[in-house]
Amino acid sequence: MLWDALLLQMGYNATLVAIGATLLGISSGITGTFLFLRKRALVSDAISHATLPGVGLAFLVMVALGGDGRNLAGLLAGSALSAMAGLWCLNWLTRRTRLAEDAAIGAVLSVFFGFGIVILTVIQTLGVGRQAGLEGFLLGSTAGMLWNDALVIAGGGAATLLLIMLLRRPMTLVAFDPEYAAARGISVSRIDMMMMGLVMAVTVVGLKIVGLILIVALLIIPAVTARFWTERSDLVVLLAGVAGGLSAYLGAAVSASAPNLPTGPIIVLMSFGLFALSLLLAPNRGVLAAVLRHLRFQRRVHLRQGLLALAQDQVIYEPLTLRLLRRRGLLRADGVATEEGRARAAKALRDEHRWALVRSDQTHEAAAALYDGLREIETVLTEDQISEIDRRIGGPREVPA
Amino acid sequence: MSGAEFVPLSLTPLLIGIFAAVACALPGNFLLLRRQALIGDAISHVVLPGIVVAFLLTGVIAAGPMMLGAAGAAIAAVVLIELIRRLGRIEPGAAMGVVFTTMFAGGVLLLEQTDTSTVHLDVEHALYGNLESLIWLDATGWGSLLDPAALRYLPAELPRMALTLIGVTLFIALFWRSLKISTFDEGFARTLGIRTNLLGLGLVITAAIAAVAAFDAVGSIIVIAMFICPPAAARMMSNRLEGQLGWSVAFAVVSAILGYVLAGYGPLWLGATDAVSAAGMIATVSGLLLAIAARFGPCRHRAGAPAGI
Repeated sequence: MLWDALLLQMGYNATLVAIGATLLGISSGITGTFLFLRKRALVSDAISHATLPGVGLAFLVMVALGGDGRNLAGLLAGSALSAMAGLWCLNWLTRRTRLAEDAAIGAVLSVFFGFGIVILTVIQTLGVGRQAGLEGFLLGSTAGMLWNDALVIAGGGAATLLLIMLLRRPMTLVAFDPEYAAARGISVSRIDMMMMGLVMAVTVVGLKIVGLILIVALLIIPAVTARFWTERSDLVVLLAGVAGGLSAYLGAAVSASAPNLPTGPIIVLMSFGLFALSLLLAPNRGVLAAVLRHLRFQRRVHLRQGLLALAQDQVIYEPLTLRLLRRRGLLRADGVATEEGRARAAKALRDEHRWALVRSDQTHEAAAALYDGLREIETVLTEDQISEIDRRIGGPREVPA
Repeated sequence: MSGAEFVPLSLTPLLIGIFAAVACALPGNFLLLRRQALIGDAISHVVLPGIVVAFLLTGVIAAGPMMLGAAGAAIAAVVLIELIRRLGRIEPGAAMGVVFTTMFAGGVLLLEQTDTSTVHLDVEHALYGNLESLIWLDATGWGSLLDPAALRYLPAELPRMALTLIGVTLFIALFWRSLKISTFDEGFARTLGIRTNLLGLGLVITAAIAAVAAFDAVGSIIVIAMFICPPAAARMMSNRLEGQLGWSVAFAVVSAILGYVLAGYGPLWLGATDAVSAAGMIATVSGLLLAIAARFGPCRHRAGAPAGI
């Protein structure tokens, strides 16, 4: 069943849903990245909640004009208008008042959502038939996706992708360094506005698939996931698109494979799965990599301290240090240093003296800044500099009688 | 309107609405000043899986297990957000977004999987609340307030919400000085020996308890709106924390009363027959109050910023 779904063998409707969801996943992942890099991830929360009154009002207007209240294009236009109004309120509150952006986000999302609920209850009590499906905007209802809906989604997704391709450079610049971007003559507020417009477009298009609450997840999670894997902004954008598309595709396939598996939540859980994997396994920024790095560092410290202790004839009690020294053949089982161990210990102690001299000497200031108790002195100074230092320390001498 | 009509039908929902609004607005003031305003939003989304899990475990719709489940989910979410923020070195907003959307998705999935739609537990109820249904049918008039037989059938949400409000007020009153100092100058608070981390956690837990209690009674919209809108509007009215708290309570009470009345009687005045969602209307009114305060409030600009920019 699942395999069939993954290979798009589940029939026309399931295939349509899978392709539509994948397109949405890609464009939301890519759009969300810029939002994330600009540190405004939660703005998407406000935008998505602000679409609700628009959906309800559009329904009422369409019914009042004698049309079918569920016309998707009409509902999407309504949601876009009210999202724009929400965005304008958000901007006004952050710029013209003392409210911080997070408070403005919360205010906009709760008030617009509350007003949307009021409209929805009005629609319910009006008793105009066929309002069913409107509630689907809250939680998404992909199962009933039609060819027309899929076309709207594909068209919207393609348009957002094209716009992002065009705006990629200025948006990246604004995300990382708004002041520099402004100095280059880029209008930061205009770019921000376009970015919000893109987020709005993705939100409006995504309403039908995952619903207005879970679209936030598709805008945030893939971007955060991608950020784990690379430090390069264009790669983050690309990977976020891949993560978003993959989780949407897998989610749509899984939800088609069994009844009672709503598409939106499954897609979100899939993208969280990718996020969790990245959090654990990513190189450099991942938890596993950090643990390994810590263990490696711990071993280096213990080895170094062990060698210094050997050189100064101090007794070593630390079990980890003993184990590390023995495993490298520097220490015999009875706790006596081997030939190589003594040589390495003497070298470590001499390096310590060399470092002490380097750190007390003004001329080596740059090199001294690199001292961390572990770094080999050869990696910092040239051979000539080291022999100069050795000359000042002096060669091996006999113990005075 | 006579007491015979008002007391059974409107008194209890109105009181519950007021208590819920004030209980959320009070901690909301501190969350707002600490740039944690969206904690209320996150909490109200994550309680859904908590409630569903509590229902699955106990099999009954009872307030006790539901509130425990919701509180557990709220605490789990706070811990998870902190964990992801530290382990992944992600900015707090994004970490919060990851956690609350995922937990909400998990809650919706569980809900659909277990087919709880037959019992009175569905997403819409959780979102909108059902303030209108918390009526006190045994009351016959103002006299019922002194009648023990009628008082026994008072909706359980009323005393629970009142208790929550008392608890929240006590927390803020007890830790007033420490809360105030650590909100405005955390470093200074730490030099005074105030355990700011613990205090911050206590504040979030207090907020979570208020949110869960209110969520159970009135739905999540009021919770999110009351955490943010009255304190935000109050922020435009005063530069002093005491003043801000007072204003926020006033705004919360006005939103609850006006919203409830508009939802119940507004449509009737306009010629319609049915009421609209009280929770949604309360949120809408609080937003209008915020808009008025943001436009005309005496302290609406950032300190030091030139006016009119």
